[in-house]
Amino acid sequence: MDKCVISNERKEYLRKRKQNIFLIRFTQFAILFAFIIIWEVLAQTGIIDSFITSSPSRIVNTFINMLSEGLLMHIGITCLETLVGFLLGTVIGTLIATILWWSPFLSKVLSPYLVILNSLPKVALGPIIIVWVGAGMPAIITMALAISLVVTILEMLNGFMSTDENRIKMVRTFGANKFQVFTKVVFPSNIPNLINAFKVNIGLCMVGVITGEFLVSKGGLGYLIVYGGQVFKLDLVMTSVIILAIVASLMYHAILLLGNLISKKTNWR
Amino acid sequence: MEDCLRLDKITKTYQDINGETMAIADFSYSFKKGTFVSIVGPSGCGKSTLLSIISGLETQSSGTIFMDNSVLHNNKCNIGYMLQKDYLLGWRTVYQNILLGIEIRKMISPKTLAYADELLHKYDLYEFKDSYPSQLSGGMRQRVALIRTLTVNPDILLLDEAFSALDYQTRLTVADDVFKIIKAEGKTTIMVTHDIPESVSMSDEVIVLSNRPSKIKSVHKIHFNMENRTPLTCRDQPEFSKYFDCIWKELNSNG
Repeated sequence: MDKCVISNERKEYLRKRKQNIFLIRFTQFAILFAFIIIWEVLAQTGIIDSFITSSPSRIVNTFINMLSEGLLMHIGITCLETLVGFLLGTVIGTLIATILWWSPFLSKVLSPYLVILNSLPKVALGPIIIVWVGAGMPAIITMALAISLVVTILEMLNGFMSTDENRIKMVRTFGANKFQVFTKVVFPSNIPNLINAFKVNIGLCMVGVITGEFLVSKGGLGYLIVYGGQVFKLDLVMTSVIILAIVASLMYHAILLLGNLISKKTNWR
Repeated sequence: MEDCLRLDKITKTYQDINGETMAIADFSYSFKKGTFVSIVGPSGCGKSTLLSIISGLETQSSGTIFMDNSVLHNNKCNIGYMLQKDYLLGWRTVYQNILLGIEIRKMISPKTLAYADELLHKYDLYEFKDSYPSQLSGGMRQRVALIRTLTVNPDILLLDEAFSALDYQTRLTVADDVFKIIKAEGKTTIMVTHDIPESVSMSDEVIVLSNRPSKIKSVHKIHFNMENRTPLTCRDQPEFSKYFDCIWKELNSNG
C-alpha cells in the first residue's frame, strides 16, 4: 500500500526533527548538570563560602535529614493549603462572575471596586487577615484566596461577557430564558477560559500560600524557608526552595492534565 | 389562502444617547399560509429588526401582530429563526445540536425525537449524527442548522440572510436544498436578504422596503411559467431577469 512507502525526503525530515528534539533535551540536562558540578566544585575548593551559598552535597544531606524530621508533613501542609485555596478561589470566583454576568447593573456598580482590589498588592492585607481569622491555616488559605479570587472573577466575567452575541441570539430564538442561555451557551463556550483560570490560579495560590506561611505559620515549605533564613541555615532554605520548585511544577502539571481531561470530557474543540 | 401571520401598523423606534431612530414606520402585511415571502431593502433599513419583532426577540413600539386571526401577546408564537451563520455549538454532536431547540423548549418526547430522526434521515445527515460540526462542510452545517430549526416544528420560518456567509457556489446549492426542504415540510417562510436574485428565485412574493425608517415600497408577485420550480431552475426562465430589473430599479430609486 501507498502509506507504507515513505519518501527519502520525509525520512530526512523526520530524522532531523528527532535530532533537534534530542539536542534540546540534551542541552537542557547538560546545563543543569554543569551548574550542579560547578557549584559543588567551587564550594569544595573554598572559592565560594558554602555557609552562605550551600552546596549540592549539603543540600542532599539536608534533604535526607529533613525526610526523618517531617519534611513530608511540611510538603503536605503546603499542598493542602494550595489546593483548598485553589478550589475556593476557582469556585467562588466563577460563581461571583456568574452573578455579575447575570446582573449588568451589579457588574457596572462593582467594576471600580474590582479594579481597585485587583491592583492592590494583597500581601498588604496580611496583618488584617491575621487579626480577623487568626494566625494559622485559615489565614494562609484566606491569603491564597485573596490573591486568586479577584483575578478569577475578572477573567471569567470577561469571558462570559465576550460570548458570541449571535450564539446567544440563536438560543434565544428558541425561547431560551437567561438560565438556559447561561447553561447551554455562555458557560460551555467558556470552558477554555475556565481551564486558563485554573492554570493562573494554581500559581497565584502558591504565591498566596507561601506569603501566608512567611507571615504566620508553624508548618509548610514557606515556614521552612523563613525559619531557615532566621536561624541562618542556608542549607535548609536552599533545599526547601528546590523542593518548592518541584512541588509547584508538579501541581501545575496536574492542573494541565485536569484541564485536558475536562476539554476531552466536554468535547471542546 | 388563509392568513397565517398579519402585521398591522408595526413601528419600531430605538432610543440611545444621541436621540431616537425610527427603524420601521408603519409596516402592515398579511403573510399567507405556506407561501415564501422575501423582504429586500437597502442595508440598515431595518429588515432584520422586523424579523426580531416577529420572533419576539424585540417588541414593537406600536402596532399589532395577528397570528391565525387572533392577537399575539408577547409575540409568543411558534417560530423558527435561521441566522446568517449556523452557530452550531462545537462541543455538541450534530445530533445534540439538532435537539437544542426541543431541549430548550422542554419538548423532548418520543414523538419529537422520532421527528428529529426522520428529518436527519430525509435530508441525508443521519450518518453524520455523531460527528462534530467542525467535521462538516459549510453547506452541511447550514442544513444541520435548518433541521435544528425544523425540529421544533415551527409554524413560521424566518430566514435572516441565512445564506450570506457561504461562498457563491455553496450558496446556490444550499439555497436550493433549503428551498426543497421548506416546500416539502410546507412551511410559511419569511426571508430577509439583500440578494435580489436569491429573493426572486425562492419567493412567491417579494416586498421591497424603502430607506430607514422603512416602509413598504412595493410588493412583487413572482410567478414562473413552469411546474415544480426550484431556485436553480427558475434562474433560467425569461421572467427571471424581468423581475430582477424591476426590483433592482426600485431599490435604486430614491424616495
